[in-house]
Amino acid sequence: MVAALFFYLFSAIAVASAVMVISARNPVHSVLFLILCFFNAAGLFVLLGAEFLAMILVVVYVGAVAVLFLFVVMMLDVDFVELREGMLNYLPIGAVIGLIVLVELALAVGSWVISPASLQARAAPLPEGVTNTEALGRVLYTDFLFYFQAAGLVLLVAMVGAIVLTLRHKEGVKRQNISVQVARSPATAVEVVKVKPGQGI
Amino acid sequence: MTEALLTLLFFAVVSFGFMAGLLLIVAYLLWADRKIWAAVQMRRGPNVVGPWGLFQSFADLIKFALKEVVIPDGANKGVFVIAPLITATLALAAWAVVPVSEGSFFGLVEGKWVIADINVGILYIFALSSLGVYGVIMGGWASNSKYPFLSALRSAAQMVSYEVSIGFVIVTVLLCAGSLNLTEIVRSQSTGLGTMLGLPGSFLDWYFLPLLPMFVIFFVSALAETNRPPFDLVEAESELVAGFMVEYSSTPYLLFMLGEYVAIVLMCAMTTILFLGGWLPPIDVPPLNWVPGFLWFFLKVVLVFFMFALVKAFVPRYRYDQLMRLGWKVFLPISLFWVVLTAAVLVAFGWAP
Repeated sequence: MVAALFFYLFSAIAVASAVMVISARNPVHSVLFLILCFFNAAGLFVLLGAEFLAMILVVVYVGAVAVLFLFVVMMLDVDFVELREGMLNYLPIGAVIGLIVLVELALAVGSWVISPASLQARAAPLPEGVTNTEALGRVLYTDFLFYFQAAGLVLLVAMVGAIVLTLRHKEGVKRQNISVQVARSPATAVEVVKVKPGQGI
Repeated sequence: MTEALLTLLFFAVVSFGFMAGLLLIVAYLLWADRKIWAAVQMRRGPNVVGPWGLFQSFADLIKFALKEVVIPDGANKGVFVIAPLITATLALAAWAVVPVSEGSFFGLVEGKWVIADINVGILYIFALSSLGVYGVIMGGWASNSKYPFLSALRSAAQMVSYEVSIGFVIVTVLLCAGSLNLTEIVRSQSTGLGTMLGLPGSFLDWYFLPLLPMFVIFFVSALAETNRPPFDLVEAESELVAGFMVEYSSTPYLLFMLGEYVAIVLMCAMTTILFLGGWLPPIDVPPLNWVPGFLWFFLKVVLVFFMFALVKAFVPRYRYDQLMRLGWKVFLPISLFWVVLTAAVLVAFGWAP
């Protein structure tokens, strides 16, 4: 009963905040509502008994990805009143496109036949006496090792791409080289000059 | 139904009691922090309110609570008010999974020395401490002022960077402990290097010895993660006035400061659990193992906090680019290497749990 109560609480807040993400006037508020939505999705995972997934969702999406989102959105300087001016003109077209996508999805998904074997696999409970994390690890690092590695490689390529696109070596910028600084000795750092009075160097 | 309500009531009472004790301890740690800082600089520190200034924190509490709450005109009011609440709530909520000792609470049937003994305890703490950045960012942005905003940008980069190395340090400890449950992590430290040599359980078993570089990295990263000096660039008073807290006054400011100190003590507790053997006595012989576990835990937390306070007094503030260099170019490679090394050693010697 308590679980059902929390399920409705989490899902109601998740849906409401998802609506607020697209309807909030201020983009920073949108991101904050997105974070609230993630948080409630994590709560739903906990109710499903998938506590590892819930925590990873919070650590990765809320703790890292959404921070960077917020970071970027906070620095935007866009006049949103101006952006919204043409909204009424585009609303009918947007609605029609949305409707077409919805109908297509309904047609495609409605004709799906789910095999009984996969239905059984879906309901497979956790193995007895094994924690959530261990069960996930056993599947991930044995049966799906190739996919796991491939996903890692895809992320690596994305990271390399982002670095290649943004890394610039500017000329004439003073940079600190700590090892050079530490390795300096009086012999290389100080020059003793005998100055005659009234001459200067 | 009534049973569920009774359980709820029980947990409410236990949580409230734990929180009250925690806040009392935090109040005196705050006082100790100022006293240690003063002693290093050969000052007296707070010594006016009560004997040896012992009531200073409570005087500050009353002072903050009685002041007027000023909300700047241009501020985004909702976010401005929510930000300190988030900081304080997250810092306090993380304590729910911290095991203070083992076994039942003074023989009470259901009571344990930890409020929620969950399987993914360490991930829970990691998740909540990574959420701590939101209080700072939201506070800095909602103030609608230049210094707080710069501070929010700094903190976003700083806290996300140091989380990476904290994550790898935690992975190293998890590899050795074989569990994500905090109680299990402490229990796995009852055997180790010392017991391999045939000694009784002692401080030689704790993870700080085999994982010494990780211990140092965790300590420094914890300083950066909680915005403690020398990494308090978020509120660097010489550059940013007071950082994200410039526009805050009264109770909202109090909540920020409270959340910060509770998070610091949480990091001390995490250091104790991960590396200093939690509630285990330093040497498992009488009379040392007659002392109840929570006292050892408390003493270790205070020891780590003492180191935090000394660092604050000794070390000058880092420059921002040096901070980033330390996080990404020094700590990240070392901790990554150490994860691989630990895994290799555990597999090679068959020590993996």
